[in-house]
Amino acid sequence: MLILECPYCGVKGEETEFHGGGEAHLKRFGPGSSEEDFEGYLFHRENPKGVHLERWRHVNGCGKWFHVARDTATLEVFGSYSAQVTEPPQEIKDAISAKRPGWSWREFA
Amino acid sequence: MSETLSALKGARFAGIAVVTEAGLRGMITVRGDLADTDVKNAVTGVAGVDMPGQREINTVGERGIAWMSPDELLVMVPHGEAEQAVETMNAALTGAHALVVNVSDARAVFDVTGPHAREVLGKLMPVDFSAVGFGPGMIRRSRMAQVPAAVWMTGEDAFRVVCFRSVAQYVFDLLKAAAAEGSEVGLYA
Repeated sequence: MLILECPYCGVKGEETEFHGGGEAHLKRFGPGSSEEDFEGYLFHRENPKGVHLERWRHVNGCGKWFHVARDTATLEVFGSYSAQVTEPPQEIKDAISAKRPGWSWREFA
Repeated sequence: MSETLSALKGARFAGIAVVTEAGLRGMITVRGDLADTDVKNAVTGVAGVDMPGQREINTVGERGIAWMSPDELLVMVPHGEAEQAVETMNAALTGAHALVVNVSDARAVFDVTGPHAREVLGKLMPVDFSAVGFGPGMIRRSRMAQVPAAVWMTGEDAFRVVCFRSVAQYVFDLLKAAAAEGSEVGLYA
């Protein structure tokens, strides 16, 4: 079971109170971008066994979107953070580094 | 004018807890910047209670304010006063970036009371209903089986549940099953 904490209302809830929203920090490539970039934006997703950054929505609660850093293999949650950022904050990176030294995910490490 | 009826017309069930449909309640959704003085004054003026903090609810009788999300409040007044309360708040919020909507008739309200009330709700919601985890003055929005619901305490061993009116019968049936005679688990005993 996955226990997530919503950073907006502070509720520590069980997975079924939330809804997964796929990979975090996607960079949009729209009109005028190269075909490779557009294809990557549309289709190419991380599928790690280990550290993963995801979007979640507190669907049966306050309704807000937020980000979660977790381990897909152990379901360990490193932390949740605001949706209004384009990269994980330093304290989240530090929390992951403390548990998974040498981790990397896309351009973050 | 036609008579307004609540979803289940006050249906009642008594098992290990008593489940009652609480009838019509005036409920108004207010969205806006909750730190804004105009918003605070508008809602506290109508409800007559203090502004609640995060995940808190303040009530006096049928009036109250519940914290629903970082930019949303639920203002409760007697059913007949809801329209007037919306007008009062809209007048107070002229020019402010805020939304005030009367949602009274979109909701169903249930009271769950009795020594096993915590357990009945605990069977249906992924929430810690132990006395340590949940107490008076708190409001929790979560799910009840398959539908969204919010719950708070109205007294010792007394809970109030709010759900959408369209799922009122479903929620009543859930509560009836969870409160069936002889179904005590004793988790919070």
